Amino acid sequence: MKLCQKHGLPIVPRGSGTNLAAGTTPSQGGVVLIFRNMNDIVELDEENLALTVQPGVLTEEIHQYVEEQGLFYPPDPSSGKISTIGGNISENSGGLRGLKYGVTKDYILALEVVLPNGDIVRTGGKLAKDVAGYDLKSLLVGSEGTLGIVTEATLKLIPKPFYKETMLAVYESLEDAAETVSAILANRIIPATLEFMDQGTIQVVEGYKQIGLPTDCEAILLIEQDGPKEIVEQDIEKMYSICKEYGALSLSKAVTEQEAEELTRARKDALSCLAYLSPTTILEDATVPRSKIAPMVREIKKVADKYDVRIHTFGHAGDGNLHPTCATDARDKEEMARVEEAFAEIFQIAVDMGGTITGEHGVGEMKAPYLEWKVGELGIEIMKAIKQAIDPNNIMNPGKVFAKSTKKRVVVSNV
Amino acid sequence: MSSAELQSRIQQGFQEEIEETKLLDCMRCGFCLPACPTYIHSNYDEAQSPRGRIALMKAVRDGDLPFDDSVEESLDLCLGCRACEPACPAGVEYGSLLESARNVIQKEKKQSVKEKVVRHAAFDHLFKDQQKMNRTAGMVKFYQRSGLQTLTRKMGILSFFPSVMKDMEKVLPRIEKNEVEKGVVYEGKRQNKKVAFFTGCLMEPMFSKTNEATVNLLQELGCDVWVPEHQVCCGALQGHSGELDKARENAKQNIESFLEMDVDYIVNNAGGCGAFLSEYDHLLKDEPELLEKAKAFSDKIIDITSLIYELGLTEKGLSYIGDKEITVTYQDSCHLRNVNLVKDEPREILKSIENVHFVDLKSADQCCGSAGIYNLVQPEMSIRILDNKMEDVESTHASIIITTNPGCLLQMKMGIERAGLSDQMEALHLVDFIQKYILEN
Ligand SMILES: Cc1cc2nc3c(=O)[nH]c(=O)nc-3n(C[C@H](O)[C@H](O)[C@H](O)COP(=O)(O)OP(=O)(O)OC[C@H]3O[C@@H](n4cnc5c(N)ncnc54)[C@H](O)[C@@H]3O)c2cc1C
Ligand code: SF4
Ligand code: SF4
Repeated sequence: MKLCQKHGLPIVPRGSGTNLAAGTTPSQGGVVLIFRNMNDIVELDEENLALTVQPGVLTEEIHQYVEEQGLFYPPDPSSGKISTIGGNISENSGGLRGLKYGVTKDYILALEVVLPNGDIVRTGGKLAKDVAGYDLKSLLVGSEGTLGIVTEATLKLIPKPFYKETMLAVYESLEDAAETVSAILANRIIPATLEFMDQGTIQVVEGYKQIGLPTDCEAILLIEQDGPKEIVEQDIEKMYSICKEYGALSLSKAVTEQEAEELTRARKDALSCLAYLSPTTILEDATVPRSKIAPMVREIKKVADKYDVRIHTFGHAGDGNLHPTCATDARDKEEMARVEEAFAEIFQIAVDMGGTITGEHGVGEMKAPYLEWKVGELGIEIMKAIKQAIDPNNIMNPGKVFAKSTKKRVVVSNV
Repeated sequence: MSSAELQSRIQQGFQEEIEETKLLDCMRCGFCLPACPTYIHSNYDEAQSPRGRIALMKAVRDGDLPFDDSVEESLDLCLGCRACEPACPAGVEYGSLLESARNVIQKEKKQSVKEKVVRHAAFDHLFKDQQKMNRTAGMVKFYQRSGLQTLTRKMGILSFFPSVMKDMEKVLPRIEKNEVEKGVVYEGKRQNKKVAFFTGCLMEPMFSKTNEATVNLLQELGCDVWVPEHQVCCGALQGHSGELDKARENAKQNIESFLEMDVDYIVNNAGGCGAFLSEYDHLLKDEPELLEKAKAFSDKIIDITSLIYELGLTEKGLSYIGDKEITVTYQDSCHLRNVNLVKDEPREILKSIENVHFVDLKSADQCCGSAGIYNLVQPEMSIRILDNKMEDVESTHASIIITTNPGCLLQMKMGIERAGLSDQMEALHLVDFIQKYILEN
């Protein structure tokens, strides 16, 4: 770090390079620092329910390791099989369990970070409460490698929930599904998983997998609850009747692991099937308040039609984190231009609905031009001031998060 | 040819031979990384991963990167095990990309006179002419004659080679008289199915007992087994090392020979061959007049474990002949698992036998490092992979490790030697295991 600082060389930290926003592209040259070989699990502290790891440990390795001890590390990005904890921390990654358990930032107790000038700072500790000064740790989580390098992290663990049930509900109309989501939460139930697939996604999955999904339906919800057996059973029963009440056409419930696997298969295969459609797959994560899911999905469809591009949506219904996914072909410049326009409009609509341009994937280089739409001019100014204070020579992952220029707002008339 | 000239010819070759759509299918998600043995055993070097190799092919094709030694090394070090394919959510056809890239490099690279002679000897004569193959007494001779030794030397790893050769020699099977005759139909015990048997160019001289056991087992289960007379090597070794034209010639001859008679299945007992045979339609995709026949041929390909499973072997009440229970484990053949997606059948067969305790091998789905001639041309990586695998094998406490492909079988035998386990463990092909140790109750 000191050498790079001296010579003004950019440093691009990298885990497994699975981020979806060009966050590890060394677009200004420099040194790419790969952390896959710093992959030791340093310490499991069962008394403080804390796990200390190096940044290159894979998310799935953490899951396996702690679950063998009857413990639980909830953040579960779909890329967990290969993503590193360093990447998860730097992107503040979410996952299917986000609604009930929160995201990565909720599980970071302490960080060791090397600053751009080579100084090493430790922030946080194995403490449930700690208000000594600014919360630097939270600032570093989600900073996408632009402030420093994470070299060690202490994660918060919780006891592992031992029982789980799964159900799948099929809806004729999008609004019925959305109302079900609201009703479940209004009934004071927070399910572990509350996932959603739109009609386009259902049709594509059914086309490839032929697992008997009804292709004339507008939405499918995948619902899971975990915890103590009695409570899980109670919650599932309640959600079952809520789904029915709000117009679910069909409902299936799984108790055994194998049955659950069948029910979750469609949702798990969604991205894969969409990726089969065309050479280029663009996976976005525009996010809205959960009350806006139905109108947002409708708007996405309208925008896709308007620009004549193929976009299907699935995602985390419980927290409004949607994944509008575009099947296209990067060689078709004219179509790519339309895709970009379409996504700009989708981001704009999301922000106008009180949402955000990215729920969990991060800003990177790709969404940097849209950041101001969400955080405003003042927000950008404050962030830049922080960046300037910690990394005055801009050697840490330059070009990420902050763009040279902000994209002009799209005028969206119909929201 | 100057290096700049070679670079531009290879770029042009990539543009002509490698389908751009197939490269673009890769969305760079990295889901294939944990499946790739060379990525894992190179300390997570992206250039030794499927995602990295696809990116390199694309960069060379697009002219973003010149073709140089580092690109060539990355492609050379690939095992071709295709474990990346089932791991890929986007359905990237990695095997086909690799094959095309290697084909171009092979064609364009200025071959030294020596290498030409060697390749000519190996691919034009040996693998094409079964009689010559049969006459080569033993693997060592085969490697010398085929010139693979020279190839290895060319790659600058001579110092390493003798030790592999030494290990290899220890495990080479004795050449037995070939009992399975070509042109013959071996009649089944009952009339159930009619199958054609693909003998395999390596299987035939070196594992003739396994071929015999295969035919016996099929007869037992009620199959008429026809052994087409004019069959030749499947062409996989040629195809995988960039000699696609030669592979196509073999394919054509096999299609002609096997379609002479109408059979239910074309059965093989070597996972690597089976996969290649089942993709003849892909190999001959640019020859429309042959495509239909190639499809008819490929559709009939089945591996021995799937066939005996289908014929109800697991319901025969088999048991181990010893009086005590025996522990066995299974190492997948990469291509059987990753290309033909056969992974449960061999396991189910083993589990169904009384007094056989089946233990799953932790890394069974990862290549053993044999990979055709890989263990000879890339001994360093191959041995690293093998020694790692043997640690997992040891922890199963199995007395027998079972495989379904000759290359894997030799490699596992070599692994047993290297790990010093030869007094407590043996490696066997599944059909040999059944022949040797299993009785019908
Ligand atoms: C198929 C697919 C599904 C996905 N699903 C999800 C999902 O469900 N939820 C979700 O949130 N994300 C998801 N992602 C996005 C991505 O996987 C996550 O952002 C993940 O956390 C990135 O981890 P990584 O190890 O690949 O990091 P990288 O991509 O290598 O890096 C990500 C960022 O972190 C920085 N960085 C990496 N390591 C360090 C370090 N040690 N110190 C400082 N900075 C560092 C990099 O500079 C970069 O800015 C998905 C991606 C794919 C391809
Ligand atoms: S074929 Fe095997 S070695 Fe080659 S890239 Fe794929 S997984 Fe890795
Ligand atoms: S899994 Fe498939 S799409 Fe993803 S990086 Fe590997 S080859 Fe590319």
